[in-house]
Amino acid sequence: MSDLENFRQEIRSWLEANCPAEMRQPVTDEGDVCWGGRNFVFKNEAQKQWLERCVAKGYTVPDWPQAYGGAGMSPAQAKVWREECARIGARPPLSSFGIWMLGPALLKFGTEEQKVHYLGEIARGEIRWCQGYSEPGSGSDLVSLQTFGEDKGDHWVVNGQKIWTSYADKADWIFCLVRTDKANKYQGISFLLFDMTTPGVTTKPILLISGNSPFCETFFDDVKVPKHQIVGELNRGWDVAKYLLGHEREMISGAGGGDRLNAIGAVVARNGLEDPMLRAELAMFDVDALAYGCMGEKFLDEAKIGKAHPAQPNMMKYAGTELNKRRHELLMSAGGATALEWDSERTNGGSPARSWLRTKANSIEGGTSEVMLNVVAKRILDLPGA
Amino acid sequence: MPLYHTEDQAMLADTVTGFMADEGGIKQQLRYYRDMGCQDGFGHALWKQFAEMGLTGMLASEADGGLAMGHVEAGIVLREIGRNLTPSPFLTTSVMGVTALSGGSDDLRGRWLPGVIAGDSVLAVAIDESPKHRPERIAARAEKAGNGFRLSGNKSFVVQGASADAIIVAARTSGSDTDADGITLFAVPKDANGITHENLRLVDSAMASNIRFDNVELDGDCVIGQVDGGRELLNKVLAAGRIGSAAELTGVGHGAFDITTAYLKTRKQFGRLIGEFQALQHRAAHLYSELEIASAAVIKAQQLLDGGAEKAELMVSVAKAKAARTCNLAVREGVQMHGGVGMTDEYDIGLYMKRDRSLTEFMGDQYYHAERVAQLSGY
Ligand SMILES: Cc1cc2nc3c(=O)[nH]c(=O)nc-3n(C[C@H](O)[C@H](O)[C@H](O)COP(=O)(O)OP(=O)(O)OC[C@H]3O[C@@H](n4cnc5c(N)ncnc54)[C@H](O)[C@@H]3O)c2cc1C
Ligand SMILES: Cc1cc2nc3c(=O)[nH]c(=O)nc-3n(C[C@H](O)[C@H](O)[C@H](O)COP(=O)(O)OP(=O)(O)OC[C@H]3O[C@@H](n4cnc5c(N)ncnc54)[C@H](O)[C@@H]3O)c2cc1C
Repeated sequence: MSDLENFRQEIRSWLEANCPAEMRQPVTDEGDVCWGGRNFVFKNEAQKQWLERCVAKGYTVPDWPQAYGGAGMSPAQAKVWREECARIGARPPLSSFGIWMLGPALLKFGTEEQKVHYLGEIARGEIRWCQGYSEPGSGSDLVSLQTFGEDKGDHWVVNGQKIWTSYADKADWIFCLVRTDKANKYQGISFLLFDMTTPGVTTKPILLISGNSPFCETFFDDVKVPKHQIVGELNRGWDVAKYLLGHEREMISGAGGGDRLNAIGAVVARNGLEDPMLRAELAMFDVDALAYGCMGEKFLDEAKIGKAHPAQPNMMKYAGTELNKRRHELLMSAGGATALEWDSERTNGGSPARSWLRTKANSIEGGTSEVMLNVVAKRILDLPGA
Repeated sequence: MPLYHTEDQAMLADTVTGFMADEGGIKQQLRYYRDMGCQDGFGHALWKQFAEMGLTGMLASEADGGLAMGHVEAGIVLREIGRNLTPSPFLTTSVMGVTALSGGSDDLRGRWLPGVIAGDSVLAVAIDESPKHRPERIAARAEKAGNGFRLSGNKSFVVQGASADAIIVAARTSGSDTDADGITLFAVPKDANGITHENLRLVDSAMASNIRFDNVELDGDCVIGQVDGGRELLNKVLAAGRIGSAAELTGVGHGAFDITTAYLKTRKQFGRLIGEFQALQHRAAHLYSELEIASAAVIKAQQLLDGGAEKAELMVSVAKAKAARTCNLAVREGVQMHGGVGMTDEYDIGLYMKRDRSLTEFMGDQYYHAERVAQLSGY
């Protein structure tokens, strides 16, 4: 047996012994997701147990180095881990912006001290992070951001406003883009980390069309940020920000797995499928979804050996989110009048409709589809003037 | 298995890419043979070169003198054939024909494979009997007669059928037209009595034959595999043709895409390169994305097929449907973005549009395969 096969057996029996049965059920609502953090309330004992057991082995972030709370898995081993989890339907033990976004950026740009400290906290699910990028006047044109950090010797004093800050009201810390040089557009931004309980930080939830309020306006009023809480060099935060966006886009694209890659025709048909035109659209959708699933696998395989084009996450994000929107349009059509119910018990509180509406943000958050296409045209296709 | 080429496969790809661009280019091959009105629709000299490169016998076993490679490797060749629109009997002969013969006896393989591997002979595959791909329905009949069979019926869209030294025919030896069982594959020599060809030029300048078999006498040793039990082998041949045409389609799509983006970087209107217009940039970027996804589906299906995985059948249909839809988008966008010159014979983009149509139809189009995806998924 090859080393990898041995490893697979090892993972398989560990999962068998340690993944609680409840944690092998599909995630049906937000409460099923373990976000971690100081104020996180576990939904049940199984969720807590599953997290603790994975933390002890470094399995919340399997491919991070052991020194930073990971399990130090090679790319091939991490793929085995994902496959084995998928095989039994194991939920991710921990989901967080720390894992998906800040972690990779710290691994590349952080100091040794920052890595040990912040990555460890993320891996153990102790600190929940939010992302302070967008501002009212700076969405797609992010680099025009105005939030300003004034140099006060050993610290900055930050003033300004962020918007669309997901989970700002639940997060413990924020990674935040702050202008530290007004004369320099791209090379005048710094990447700062600070505690959301710092005096001067306030948040105000925004109600979405889905009826939920997962994100906020975030205000900074003379917020003191110590100088050592910067990632990368002063005024070079844009490099960190862009690198992080690559990982964010990859995450939103669904390339790493999850239901975004699944076909839906067979699931819909279980409740009857009488309309031949709808069936035909479902079949075409399944072709696209299954093909995109292959793309996700190929993208990860190539990314791990440095073979993927650096701008490829933009393509993945574009394709994956447009596909997911189409998925939910079809699910709404298949559901008929039942899918329109907003708060009934049998729809789990209007889950089909709310999920459908939520997916409309997929092609906006983390960079819009139009911006993704701009980046592909410029960086991959090398089209003129793009 | 990771979804990219191994080192050996990447080396093969390098060699084949250079070879096809140098020897199989549009001017030397497609236009040359088209303009001379060639009745084969391809050049035998290039086929001989394929043999010298070892490509003709890629899928044949080592014992048969081949390279015992798989669909990933064959797909590498087909992709370059697609990119250069190279007219070649490779898909019908070396991919589908060899797959069929590999299920035959030592004698049968000994009779046909050496010629194929040497680049001296060509095979064709006769399955469909109507303008649309419907291999579930086979009406051509081979009745037992003495030691052999007597074959009668019609086969349509047999690519390179009139040029082939042997035609692999799927015929019914028992049961009714739509039965799954009762199929037998035959290797029918071109000079057998009672074969009539209606040799037709297709839109892409390939030649295809509508063949009429009229009481064609066949020896028992023309049978490939088992009498009445040929459906399984037929399915292998179909899978080979489907994934092969899907791979070729991604080559056609990429070829069309490359010349189109090159055109966007040279043509000026309104005082600017047309590639500066966002309306075109977004469509080009969307197309890029679709081409990447189609290529991923194709390599996945190839790997599954080579590994004998159960899911291969589903993924082959996913790959063919996705490749067909994507390549079609590529050639339509290609002609449109070329403006008026896209409509001229002088520019190559129109040739890509024609090839796309033929290949999409070959072994089932996107509608046929999306339907199969639905059925195989259980709805
Ligand atoms: C659910 C959700 C969660 C989010 N979470 C966060 C978060 O946690 N932290 C954070 O910082 N931000 C977050 N965002 C903000 C998100 O990043 C921005 O909404 C996004 O970058 C778009 O900016 P905007 O909303 O200002 O739209 P605009 O930039 O005003 O865009 C409006 C329209 O114009 C188009 N457009 C803009 N520029 C171009 C161009 N050059 N070419 C063609 N079309 C163009 C856009 O594609 C869009 O269709 C979130 C957004 C959503 C919806
Ligand atoms: C069959 C046929 C018959 C014709 N008959 C006649 C005739 O009888 N008399 C005559 O005078 N002309 C005739 N024409 C010419 C026709 O009017 C032109 O082909 C047409 O105006 C497009 O110009 P073009 O071919 O130079 O393409 P281009 O202008 O070079 O366009 C190339 C591509 O760039 C796109 N593009 C260009 N500018 C922009 C922009 N600003 N924004 C976004 N996209 C842009 C176009 O849409 C196209 O996709 C004929 C053309 C054809 C194909």
